[in-house]
Amino acid sequence: MSLASILVPVPGRSDAPRQVVTPPPAMTKDAPRTAKMVIESLTAYYGSHAVLRNVSLPVVERTVTAVIGPSGCGKSTMVRCLNRMHEIIPGTSVSGRVLLDGLDVYGRHLDPIELRRRVGMVFQKPNPFPTMSVRDNVLAGWSLTGTKPPNADDVVENALRRAALWDEVKDRLKAPGGSLSGGQAQRLCIARALAVQPDVLLMDEPCSALDPIATARIEELIHELASTVTIVIVTHNMQQAARVSEFTAFLYMGDLVEFGDTAGIFTRPSDPRTEDYITGRFG
Amino acid sequence: MDALEAVRLRPVSPRLGRRRFADRVFRAAVFGAVIVVLMPLAAILGTIVVRGAPALNWDFLTSLPKPVGETGGGVGHAILGTLILALGGLLMAVPVGVPAGVFLASDRMPRLAGAIRMCADVLAGVPSIVVGMFAYTLLVLPFKQFSALAGAFALSVIMLPTIARTTEEVVRLVPSTLTEAALALGAPRWRVMLKVVLPSAGKGVAAGIIAAFSRGAGETAPLMFTAFGSQFLSFSPLQPIAALPLVLFNYAVSPYDDWHAQAWAAALVLAALVLAGNVIARFATARRSS
Ligand SMILES: Nc1ncnc2c1ncn2[C@@H]1O[C@H](COP(=O)(O)OP(=O)(O)O)[C@@H](O)[C@H]1O
Ligand SMILES: [Mg+2]
Repeated sequence: MSLASILVPVPGRSDAPRQVVTPPPAMTKDAPRTAKMVIESLTAYYGSHAVLRNVSLPVVERTVTAVIGPSGCGKSTMVRCLNRMHEIIPGTSVSGRVLLDGLDVYGRHLDPIELRRRVGMVFQKPNPFPTMSVRDNVLAGWSLTGTKPPNADDVVENALRRAALWDEVKDRLKAPGGSLSGGQAQRLCIARALAVQPDVLLMDEPCSALDPIATARIEELIHELASTVTIVIVTHNMQQAARVSEFTAFLYMGDLVEFGDTAGIFTRPSDPRTEDYITGRFG
Repeated sequence: MDALEAVRLRPVSPRLGRRRFADRVFRAAVFGAVIVVLMPLAAILGTIVVRGAPALNWDFLTSLPKPVGETGGGVGHAILGTLILALGGLLMAVPVGVPAGVFLASDRMPRLAGAIRMCADVLAGVPSIVVGMFAYTLLVLPFKQFSALAGAFALSVIMLPTIARTTEEVVRLVPSTLTEAALALGAPRWRVMLKVVLPSAGKGVAAGIIAAFSRGAGETAPLMFTAFGSQFLSFSPLQPIAALPLVLFNYAVSPYDDWHAQAWAAALVLAALVLAGNVIARFATARRSS
């Protein structure tokens, strides 16, 4: 088998037999991979302006998918379509489909609240809630949805450990969320996202506001998390994409120019625009 | 050659003298304008302190008025009345004003928001005596009874635009990144507002409420035919109630000298109350933005 198959659950039935979709050309892993999410002909608008056009790609389960491309090409817009955060901006709309475990996230089966619990998000600028303690920040995904975790202390410790922050904050869980350093604050945001046990974690340039040491810690963390969570990370740092991701999508002016396994994209890009971008000729 | 030398060595423009002169004239004009603006404030405060202080003492602040002819007595009933009226006004204005401000800041339904914003601005400009008239028609005439309730309602109408607009302003200052973080966790909008945005804007909202409080506490016209005034201590919402501005007015237009003195002292108390509110509101906002 020259190309790996990506198995896609049949829409509407998560336990149904899985259907094989055309794999991206550059994908060379032999084991069949399951697509946790599938983006199909996604077009996203601000008003009447389509900033993302006809994008289709799978997001493979328990791997890291990097989204790269020059500033303004639609990276953030794309990931925000995956948890329906795009629609919180007035005047926006989307067409096409986004499937999570075979269910259309824009369909009637999933409401945005349920979807966002399953597809967590970490933003560019660390944004812990300043009026909440560290502990309450971690639990915010529960309290803000009017739910209670089975055992709050365990949830807090677990999430903070997974975010590699526990040892640094275990003695000041009551301190305000705004009292942490930039890197710690970002890991707190990761813990907050992880605390509701999401299947997918979207990260929109999570390191761009951090120093190199904090960045290295987050990258390490992404590696560890990828064994349990499906991660989509937006980055404009090519080295970062190469370091942390297994698959890479290159967006350019709203078009998906190339998608495939990261090594292939970086060593043998098939589109001249990809090559220009990763060799630093623009962007 | 450093920059300073370069400047010194540059030939002096013949216009430099004229420019310096224009600059001085302008500075003098601005300074003069500041003085002119500050003078009335200083004059008013100075006068009420000088004339109000002699009659001011503990007894004045706590006791009830004495009948005409007897000396002494105080405005304790009016201080309490003003606090009750203003707090009652807040009780009605805050539950409407804060959500209205939150709605205005949310940028949803722009037409409705625009209409509400315009109403708030128009309301803020309505003469307060007209507001009093409105409250009189609505809450006094039907019950044939002046009441604290009608007075508090009139004040709430005066307070409402201040509360709504300051709430809108401070809610807008809450970084959208926080709202996004909460929405991305799956929180419904109302919970985001209640648990993330309002706590973050809390100090600013409080400042707006305090500003509205002192604005309402200083009003006279809306109370004249609603709360009406009273010589007694009253806690009943359905009875007329005293208020400092009303006492001030009644004593000032009375023919008695010791009432005049008490009017000045009441003016001092009222000004102190209102100023304190404004200063607290200022401090709260200053700390929030720092
Ligand atoms: N709120 C918005 N309103 C209108 N246009 C927007 C908005 N946000 C982003 N855009 C436009 O959409 C395009 C893609 O933006 P974005 O997804 O943020 O790009 P990236 O994350 O790749 O830098 C840009 O051209 C940008 O100008
Ligand atoms: Mg972006």
